[in-house]
Formats: sequence, structure tokens, C-alpha cells
Amino acid sequence: MIARPAQLVVNALLVVMAAFALFPLLWMLAASFMTPGESAAYPPPLLPGDPTLANYRELFARAGIGRYLANSVLLAVSVTVCSLVMNVMAGYAFAKLRFAGRERLFRLMLGALVIPGQVALVPLFLLLKHLGLVNTYGGIVVPALASIFGIFLVRQYALSIPDDLLEAARMDGASEWRIFGSIVVPLLRPIIVTLAVFTLLGTWNDFMWPLIVLTDRDLQTLPVALASLAREHVQDNELMMAGSVLTIAPALIVFLVLQRHYIQGLMLGSVKG
Amino acid sequence: MKRRNAGWWFAAPALAVIVVFFVAPVLAGFAMSLTDFDIYALADLSNLRVVYLRNYVELLQRPLFWKALANTLYFVGVGVPLSLALSLGAALLLHSPLARFQPFFRTALFAPVVTTVVAVAVIWRYLFATRNGFLNYALGAFGIPPIDWLGDPHFAMPAIIVFAVWKNFGYNMIILLAGLQNIPRDLYESARIDGASAFDRFRYVTLPMLSPLLTIVAILTVAGYFQLFAEPYVMTQGGPLQSTVSVLYFMYEEGFKWWNLGNASAVAFLLFLLIFAVTLVQMRQARRAGAMW
Repeated sequence: MIARPAQLVVNALLVVMAAFALFPLLWMLAASFMTPGESAAYPPPLLPGDPTLANYRELFARAGIGRYLANSVLLAVSVTVCSLVMNVMAGYAFAKLRFAGRERLFRLMLGALVIPGQVALVPLFLLLKHLGLVNTYGGIVVPALASIFGIFLVRQYALSIPDDLLEAARMDGASEWRIFGSIVVPLLRPIIVTLAVFTLLGTWNDFMWPLIVLTDRDLQTLPVALASLAREHVQDNELMMAGSVLTIAPALIVFLVLQRHYIQGLMLGSVKG
Repeated sequence: MKRRNAGWWFAAPALAVIVVFFVAPVLAGFAMSLTDFDIYALADLSNLRVVYLRNYVELLQRPLFWKALANTLYFVGVGVPLSLALSLGAALLLHSPLARFQPFFRTALFAPVVTTVVAVAVIWRYLFATRNGFLNYALGAFGIPPIDWLGDPHFAMPAIIVFAVWKNFGYNMIILLAGLQNIPRDLYESARIDGASAFDRFRYVTLPMLSPLLTIVAILTVAGYFQLFAEPYVMTQGGPLQSTVSVLYFMYEEGFKWWNLGNASAVAFLLFLLIFAVTLVQMRQARRAGAMW
């Protein structure tokens, strides 16, 4: 097949953009396998001359990155699991259960979406300090237990559950908990996966809040630890690249595996305006 | 559990968390911005005094605050249009029937969005290196002398903008791509029959049909870009010569480095007011433009 000029231009532009998007990530991967100082040569090398795992070994043995990795995994998983339970319950209630003040509350919550989280930052820090949660995992998990965005996402999806189905179950004498557990949750499965991926990646990548709340080195998450490593090891290019790989790779892999759900959620979220 | 109260029981845990850890702190933040809450008050609350609007008045007299505001406006003013243009361009390319391997390109262009800001900022710091960075190496091929990207006050903010655009454009690209796919095909068909060129079809079909979504995307992006923090924190620490201190970076240092928590709260509220005002202006403009089409 002979390509038309227009087709050539479109695909060439896409290749250029993809190269722009992927080059920094691919170079990070390559540099993480280089020997110390190798990447500082000029012109900058694209591939390691003699690939080595020394940087990764050094990160685990000397910089104690295993601990930060464990912290990040633990926090991302606990925030995701706990907040899913609360957000799904509330989202379902706002969509399908009648209670006094429901509509007004929902409108208030939508309005509150325009308030940037930073406005609450300082008092939230003081509140957690008062509760003894600063410098504990709880300082990250507790404030993240519910989110307006999560409730909204679940509610939009739960609106499509037919009322007849719930009524029929009530006629059969099923309790509200039973209906929730055996009818609602299975029906909400797609949006639960979407919200789970969203929360997982959001918590994994978060920087400012863990930076403020977890000052104790043993509790720090990967991004916070990486930022302080970057300040100490400005010259150790290859070591920092290995640290970046360890921080980025888990999130990227989760994204690649659950890509469809993530993008679906992104589109649902974008129509909230 | 009473049937008619079931809804409350389901919603109450989440609502309680939101009230205690979001609504109350927002209100407390405003109250705190009217006090001289500092490290002494942190130790003993009896040192706390109400100073009304003094924090705000003093902030507006501090050169560093204005500098941070100017830097942030520079970042938003240049970064958002660039970011949106790239998002729209990429979405149009992906939407083109001529494009091959769409799933691969979509994933590749989106990949930077799911990366961690701190980690990719570390990578870009090396790409921006003066002596042996890839960017200067590539520019050298065009005969451009090396630029001290992160060390020169004129180039540090442009470098951060390039980085932020790279990191973020994929997000809006996906949303705009969904919008493009929702435009009815027959609109293009009838435009073609009327003899409209490709550019005309873009100008008179695509843009108007996409404009509600573009407005939402622009509003969300502006609000997000106003909250610049991690990029300068990792790449430049606000330097050189405070050319990359953003409003949020200023707030962080004011609050969590110097523990002037009253002041930091005032900064947060001014930022909120600014974002809110800009959002209102954008919405009004969109409404006016909507009347024109």
C-alpha cells in the first residue's frame, strides 16, 4: 500500500509526540543500569555500555529503599481498601436510598469540589497533631478515608441500578446490608475497579501531604524519600535513576494492566463540571 | 437498623470523615488566617492573638509574595495554553482516521500522566543539565549554545513549564479524544457536501462542538496549574533568585519551614480566592462566546 502524504504527516507527528513522551522514561531505565558516572559523559550515552544492577543493590543495601517501598505499598493499599468501603456505601446511598436532606447535602458537596485541598492543609495538620496522628501511618490514611470525588463517581454509576431490583429484594425480606452486599456491590464492580485504580495511583504519587505529615525517616513514602535522596545525591545520577524506576514502575504497571478502567473513570470524572 | 434511616447509616461514615477532615479544617483555616498563629502558639495556645486582616495586609506588602504570585501567573499563563494546545493536537491526531496503531500511541502519550512528579522531576533535572544534558545536546545540533536551564533565572520557569506540559498533556488529551468521538459524523458529511475545506470543518464543526468540553478542561487545568508545588520543590528549590517560587511553595515555606501558620493560612485563602475569581471569569467568557456561535 502506498501511503498518502497526509497519512505520512499524521503518523510522523504521532511518532514525534510519542518519542517526546517516552524518551525521558526510557532514558531513566537505561541510565539506571549504567555504572556510576557513566551517564555524565558527553555526548550523553543512550544505552549502558556494561549493564549492571549495582545501583539497585546500593539503593536497597545502603539507602534503605526497601523500607520506603514497603511504606508506599502499605499506605496505598490501606487507603484504597478503606476509602473504597466508605465511598461506595455513601455513593450508593446518595443514588438509591432516600433520607432527609439528601439532595441539599449532595449539592453542597458538589459546590465544595471547587475548594482546593490546600486551604485545609494547615488546620488539618494541627488537628492530626492534636489527635497524635502526625508521624504515623494514620496521618495519611485517616483524612483520606472518604472523598467527595469518590462518592460522586460511585453515585453517578449507581443511578443506573434499577429500583425494581432493590424493591424485589426488600419484598423478599432481605436486610439493607444484605441487599448492599449481594446485589449492589456486584453491580457496581466496574466503577469500584475504576475508583480503586484512581485512589491507588493518587495515593502512590502524592507528595505534599506525606512530606508534611511523615517527617520520621522510617515512615516516609517513596516520593518523599526520593526527593530528599535527590537533594543529598545530586551527583549520583545513575543511583537516582534507579530510585525513579522503583517509584514509577509500580504505578505504570498498575496503569498498563487496568488501563481500560482508569481511562473510563477519567472520562466519567471529567463530566462533573 | 430501621429501613427509613438506612440511607443515613450508609452515608454517615463518609460524611463524618469529610466534615471532620475537610469542612472543619477549611473553616478553621479562615479563622486561623485572622490570627498570629506561629511557633509560640504551637507550643502554647495562650500566645495566640486575633489580628483580623493584618496577615493579609502584610502579605500584600511583601515583595516575595508578589514575586510568587507573578511566577505562578507566568506558569499558568504560558503553561495552560501550551498544555491545552498539545492535548488538542494529540487528540486530533489520534482521532484522525489516517492514524495507525492508535491504542499504542494513546497509551504512550498518556504514560507521563501516571508517573510520580518527584521521580520524573529527577529525570528532567538531568535532561536539563547544562554541560551534558540531552536537551542542550539536541539544541547544539542546531548550533544553539548551551543554556543553563535550571540555573538561569530567565530559563528556570520555562524549563518547569516544559516539564509540566510533558507530564500533564495526556490527561486532557484523553478527555478531548472522548469529546471528538462524540461529535456526530453526519455533521462532517454535510459540511463536506457544502464544500468546506479541512480547516473550515475544524473551525466551524469541531471547535464549536468541542467548546463546552474545552471550557471545562480549561477551567480544571487552570485550577490545577495554580497549585504548582512539587516541580519547583524538586527541580529548583524555588531558585535561582526566587524565579520559581510559586504561591503554594511560598505557603509551604511560610507554614512548615518557619511555622508562621496564620500567615500560611492567609496565603492559602488568597490562592483560593484567586482560583475562584479566574474560574468565574472563564465561565462568563465561555457563556458570552457561546452566545456568539
